[in-house]
Amino acid sequence: MSATKPRTLYDKIFDAHLVETLPDGTALLYIDRHLVHEVTSPQAFEGLRMAGRPVRRREGTMAVIDHNIATDESRYTGRIEDPESRLQVETLEKNVAEFDVPYIPLTDARQGIVHVVGPEQGLSLPGMTIVCGDSHTSTHGAMGALAFGIGTSEVEHVLATQTLLQKRAKNMRVTVDGVLPKGCTAKDIVLAIIGKIGTAGGTGHVIEFAGSAIRALDMAGRFTVCNMSIEGGARAGMIAPDETTFEYVKGRPFAPQGEALERAIAWWKSLPSDEGAHFDTEVVLDAAEIVPMVSWGTSPEDVLPITAVVPDPASAKDEARRDQLQRMVEYMGLTPGQKLSDLKVDVVFIGSCTNSRIEDIRAAADIVRGKAVAPGVRAMVVPGSGLVKKAAEAEGLDAVFKNAGFEWREAGCSMCLGMNPDKLTPGQRCASTSNRNFEGRQGPGGRTHLLSPAMAAAAAITGHLTDVREMA
Amino acid sequence: MDAFTTLTGIAAPLPMANVDTDKIIPARFLKTIQRTGLGKAAFANLRYNEDGSENPDFVLNKEPYRKAEILIAHENFGCGSSREHAPWALLDFGIRCVIAPDFADIFHNNSFKNGILPIKLPREICDQLMEDARMGENARISIDLERQVVVRPNGDEIPFEIDPLRRHLLLNGLDDIGQTMQRGTAIDSFEARQQAAQPWLYG
Ligand code: SF4
Repeated sequence: MSATKPRTLYDKIFDAHLVETLPDGTALLYIDRHLVHEVTSPQAFEGLRMAGRPVRRREGTMAVIDHNIATDESRYTGRIEDPESRLQVETLEKNVAEFDVPYIPLTDARQGIVHVVGPEQGLSLPGMTIVCGDSHTSTHGAMGALAFGIGTSEVEHVLATQTLLQKRAKNMRVTVDGVLPKGCTAKDIVLAIIGKIGTAGGTGHVIEFAGSAIRALDMAGRFTVCNMSIEGGARAGMIAPDETTFEYVKGRPFAPQGEALERAIAWWKSLPSDEGAHFDTEVVLDAAEIVPMVSWGTSPEDVLPITAVVPDPASAKDEARRDQLQRMVEYMGLTPGQKLSDLKVDVVFIGSCTNSRIEDIRAAADIVRGKAVAPGVRAMVVPGSGLVKKAAEAEGLDAVFKNAGFEWREAGCSMCLGMNPDKLTPGQRCASTSNRNFEGRQGPGGRTHLLSPAMAAAAAITGHLTDVREMA
Repeated sequence: MDAFTTLTGIAAPLPMANVDTDKIIPARFLKTIQRTGLGKAAFANLRYNEDGSENPDFVLNKEPYRKAEILIAHENFGCGSSREHAPWALLDFGIRCVIAPDFADIFHNNSFKNGILPIKLPREICDQLMEDARMGENARISIDLERQVVVRPNGDEIPFEIDPLRRHLLLNGLDDIGQTMQRGTAIDSFEARQQAAQPWLYG
């Protein structure tokens, strides 16, 4: 590639990490940061052990536990009840000890969801290649990094070689210009994007989110947007690093400081896509037209404005789509034509790597302050990390939630997926700030409606899905 | 990893789009620390009733599809999480090949690494193969990776595309870690270059 050809942010980071190009064109890509969690790593460490291979770069690696753990006090006092969860956690602890991998244990205040912890600790930096055996690794792209999820075989490959075999992806740019209306957030932006491009719209692409509405987002909002890139089919989403990013990086434990930081920033400033860089696919949204969004079906593309009604399968464009809509309406327990704002909720979950940062918790607290959770609704807030929890408590936000009748819990993945004690029971309807509404995602038979933290808080207060713009 | 050369077997019709990884294997089955034994969890939410009994209407609970080695599906197969448990569950059930109009990236990648061949074919052709699959026992479908063709029960041959490197690894049952380890010197010199240019990455 000639030096003068305009390149995208993705191209630049990709090129800067190219170890070699294999004869067939596959790239051997160097990985700067490898984050490891308990669910997708046991078989990878087992593979290393069987082949007698060490971890190539232990200081490029960091392990945490997040998926399996309880989010109540029991995590500190007792053993993990579920024997399989316990085995997975114990296996990680055994593996990090045996392979000498840096690890944040459960009792450490820094513990939390891997995609919250990475940026918070300065482990994820602009310009890096970052991987983790978890599809929501796309979150870290908000730092101006190339970050993507990998499978367990690839986890083993990175542990052994600090590299991955990769094909260059196509470039897609999603531009959101304009000013976001009151009551709308980064979550509404990304739900609107997925509604527009569909769950396979980004397949084979890396998405760069651009435009004035994206630039205006704080880091928390940028994480939310990049987090859900995978729900649009893209393996990675990224946002060019700028002053907002640099301010965020400053002072984080693993981030460079002083002169090293100055030098790093000089390089990071060269990363944004060049004028005239080629994008294979372009999508444009007007921020002013975005309204608070909520998912109604069992795929993240099935989102609608909160003011809409449940679609009628009979209106589908073809038979396959009609069958799909019919199945979703049945699974979700809906009636075509019903107003989304009439749907009563049983559970409200504020948490997950999409929306569990201090800014998300503040936004929810602003709606909840001085009010009470509707009778019969179970509402919970699960901070993304121990440090987020502490920061919220220092601002008195825990009291806002507890006084309203919310549960205030310990950090972890919690009810984002049905793998730890926080689960929906069959038929329960949940307003959730997480990222996936697949059948059974939050527990077998559970019904998930994805929305923003403010919208989730509003639903907790009224007991039904609610247009947050109507909350006084 | 087992090599993949040719396969002749029963194909199960799964006429659904967006078969996500939570459908292929729900999160509650991810607590294993092994790669094997997940076949019983494949499609658990579709395959079993709430009381744990089998749902007789689900295709993989019907004869002859209990022995299916090929799966035919609609668009965007394998979307969702990065869990490699999805191909492990399919493999342990006995599936060695999935044919669909397209696949989600991570699942597509993970399949190859476990000796499962994902084949992309246009929707009309998938629909024809779906009809073949519905004929059950009498309609075996063959896959010839060497020649890159799917052979329908009536003898029609359908060519398919596949990345040459992946084809090579599958045909020979090779693991790519060993291959990359041979490039250790190139990785060493990359690290030396990077450390000089971006010392902050090296603490
Ligand atoms: S919070 Fe949910 S999406 Fe995020 S890492 Fe945990 S399980 Fe995955």
